[in-house]
Amino acid sequence: MEKETCTFSYCQKPEVTEVDCDLLIIGGGMAGCGAAVEGCAWANPKKLKVVMVDKAATDRSGAVAMGLSAINTYIGENKVVDYVKYVRNDLMGIIREDLVYDLGRHVDDSVHLFEEWGLPIWKKGDDGFSMDGHEAREKGHKMLKDGGTPCRSGKWQIMINGESYKVVVAEAAKKALESNRNATGMAQNHFERVFIVKPVMDTNGKNVAAAIGFSVRENKIYSFKAKAMVCAAAGAVNCFRPRSVGEGLGRTWYPVMCAGSGFAFGMEAGAELTLMENRFVPSRFKDGYGPVGAWFLFFKAKATDSLGNDYCADKEYFDDAVARYGDYAKGLGTAIRNHLQMRAMKDGRGPILMNTHHAMAEFSKRILEQLGEKAGAKKMRHLEAEAWEDFLDMAVGQASLWAATNVEPEKVPSEIMPTEPYLLGSHAGCAGFWVSGPGDIPGTPAEWSWGYNRMTTVPGLFMAGDCVGASGHKFSSGSHAEGRQAAKAAIAYILDHADYKPAPKKSLDEIAAELYLPFEIYEKYKVYTTDPLINPNYIGPKAIQARLMKIADEYFGGCSTWYMTSKTMLEAGLQKLELLKEDCSRMAASNLHELLRCFENYHRVLSVEAHARHILFREETRYPGYYYRGDFNKIDDANWKCFTNSKYNAEANTWEFKKVPYVQVFQ
Amino acid sequence: MPSFVITEKCDGCKAQDKTACQYICPHDLMTLDREKMKAFNQEPEQCWECFNCVKICPQQAIEVRGYSDFVPLGASTIPLRGTEDIMWTIKFRNGLLKRFKFPIRTTVEGSVDPYAGKPAPDYATIKGSGFFNVPARKE
Repeated sequence: MEKETCTFSYCQKPEVTEVDCDLLIIGGGMAGCGAAVEGCAWANPKKLKVVMVDKAATDRSGAVAMGLSAINTYIGENKVVDYVKYVRNDLMGIIREDLVYDLGRHVDDSVHLFEEWGLPIWKKGDDGFSMDGHEAREKGHKMLKDGGTPCRSGKWQIMINGESYKVVVAEAAKKALESNRNATGMAQNHFERVFIVKPVMDTNGKNVAAAIGFSVRENKIYSFKAKAMVCAAAGAVNCFRPRSVGEGLGRTWYPVMCAGSGFAFGMEAGAELTLMENRFVPSRFKDGYGPVGAWFLFFKAKATDSLGNDYCADKEYFDDAVARYGDYAKGLGTAIRNHLQMRAMKDGRGPILMNTHHAMAEFSKRILEQLGEKAGAKKMRHLEAEAWEDFLDMAVGQASLWAATNVEPEKVPSEIMPTEPYLLGSHAGCAGFWVSGPGDIPGTPAEWSWGYNRMTTVPGLFMAGDCVGASGHKFSSGSHAEGRQAAKAAIAYILDHADYKPAPKKSLDEIAAELYLPFEIYEKYKVYTTDPLINPNYIGPKAIQARLMKIADEYFGGCSTWYMTSKTMLEAGLQKLELLKEDCSRMAASNLHELLRCFENYHRVLSVEAHARHILFREETRYPGYYYRGDFNKIDDANWKCFTNSKYNAEANTWEFKKVPYVQVFQ
Repeated sequence: MPSFVITEKCDGCKAQDKTACQYICPHDLMTLDREKMKAFNQEPEQCWECFNCVKICPQQAIEVRGYSDFVPLGASTIPLRGTEDIMWTIKFRNGLLKRFKFPIRTTVEGSVDPYAGKPAPDYATIKGSGFFNVPARKE
């Protein structure tokens, strides 16, 4: 295909603004907000400039945009080392234990700050029952930092009234940025509705000199030059064909707006990736994708096949799982439970049911016995509200689905189902970048730390949240804490490299032409056909996404093959993906919204390519229940108990892979 | 749909400096038809049903109709978000009504000061563990 270029012959040239700062924070989600609070604290006395860029409005951006009903990582009365063991078990034995331990010893302070800033946290009363955040405050219950007792749903999880969780966390971040403006005299350091597209390397051939992007609201392009950057952008959602066949495409389990932009940014900078083969396939309430954690852990509900059998206890399934996946199967982590559930589904034993009605009946019996009829009935109403709040705080669509299908959870069970795959590093997955550890944890290989915590193999480029690999189960609180760790280390880097002046390899004119190419292409060709949607000269954002979803689903182990793939399937799919990537040089956009979608989908394409190539490299099935290599359907510790690291060269379009030995730091 | 806008109630936020739903939507879906001065969801199949447009609309002009590929008609879920609590009214398809009220925050909006009462950072510890305000936990 002939190469298209943008000379602004057809579309209007935008205004280009260059912003100079010391620390740039990309993304305004939990990790970005943590980076702002910690980063400004260290930056203000030194008059270092901190800038945060968010593609949405920070009050409601990122994975916590809707709210949350629980904080899944709070160490509290537990031991950090036990947190490491739990994460290791759930992620099938391969994690960076230095990173996970480091996260565990820091995370609680972020939770304490959330409570101080105004997040209502459930407390456990003396009667053993829970009270919401307001009741706890009115009754003078202590805050967590002063020894208050949280209401645990699981060993690591605490319940919250989290509808406004992100609003509260954003308020602190915005105040921190304001203090930095006051300290430095900068006019603006918080950019909302600006989408970062890619890095521009330095003429020194090492650093990322600038992050470039565009306003989604006006014809303006930005180049943010910084001495160091914390990339706190998102994992990748809606890459695989979803189970939905229509509007429900938007009802993704992880937020629909996560476009793999964090992965793409680091990849294009040449940062080393790790464990990108990892994915998460959550088993959730069918279609509405409402959370199951509180039902399993707090209400003690059990999932069974449609005849009431516990599929995890099925001898045939379990023995087969142990034969293939060894002791990992015995740990019954999330992946293995998914695997056993799918076995039952494939044998026609579905629908799989979450027996909410049995759980509520048990609770009711116990409460009425304990409190008597009147007080017991009141308590049950409270409990019913808690069950609904679980959805209303974080998956409202599930509540609507129950209402529309007349489901009262105390009366009937609800279906659960494994979703389409998701790529992420902060929730129960561990795809992302290979970063420097803290360096002070005994037993860690010296080469796992190169001076600055959470820095990638690209100097000055730090990662947090979804973008740090081999360290999952951070969730909202851990992402915030990791943003803080990364920002603190980034400030240390900036102070050590005070002489560094970013010198982007590309001119502002070149940057503008690159980012507005989809406009130029659209305007150039749109009159050729009567319907601008169907045009042989270009590809629109929806078409990119549809083709990506089809390739990923059919070749890389999506729902339609029951998550099964193999060397031959991956290679066939990668050939098609390469053509899609080429077609992306002819992306077309008719407005700023479509321009956003074009580049978001390009980020998804890159993320999926990394994912597929990593699955191809790892010749075993490390994550049964998430994906299977049909040609190597077992766990092979002798050859593959290791990290799989890769590096993408964006200019040459080539990949390098290597194995990095796993080291168990904690026994 | 996802979110839909009731024609009669939407005034295009003409009294505000920007359209509230357009400002808040995390996925850039809500937009304003400038001829009609009415907002609409420009990509309903990308809607996460996060309800942020519903909660922020000063006219209460936005509601949500469940995803047509799996949600039957006849139910509704309506929030009313205040400064301390949120009220939810859920109407089932069979007419059953449920109402819930949950806390949303314990402090006054705008009152957060992340550095009040916190120590200044100690640069001697910048390369070690811990945050500006507390050391890392030791076991």
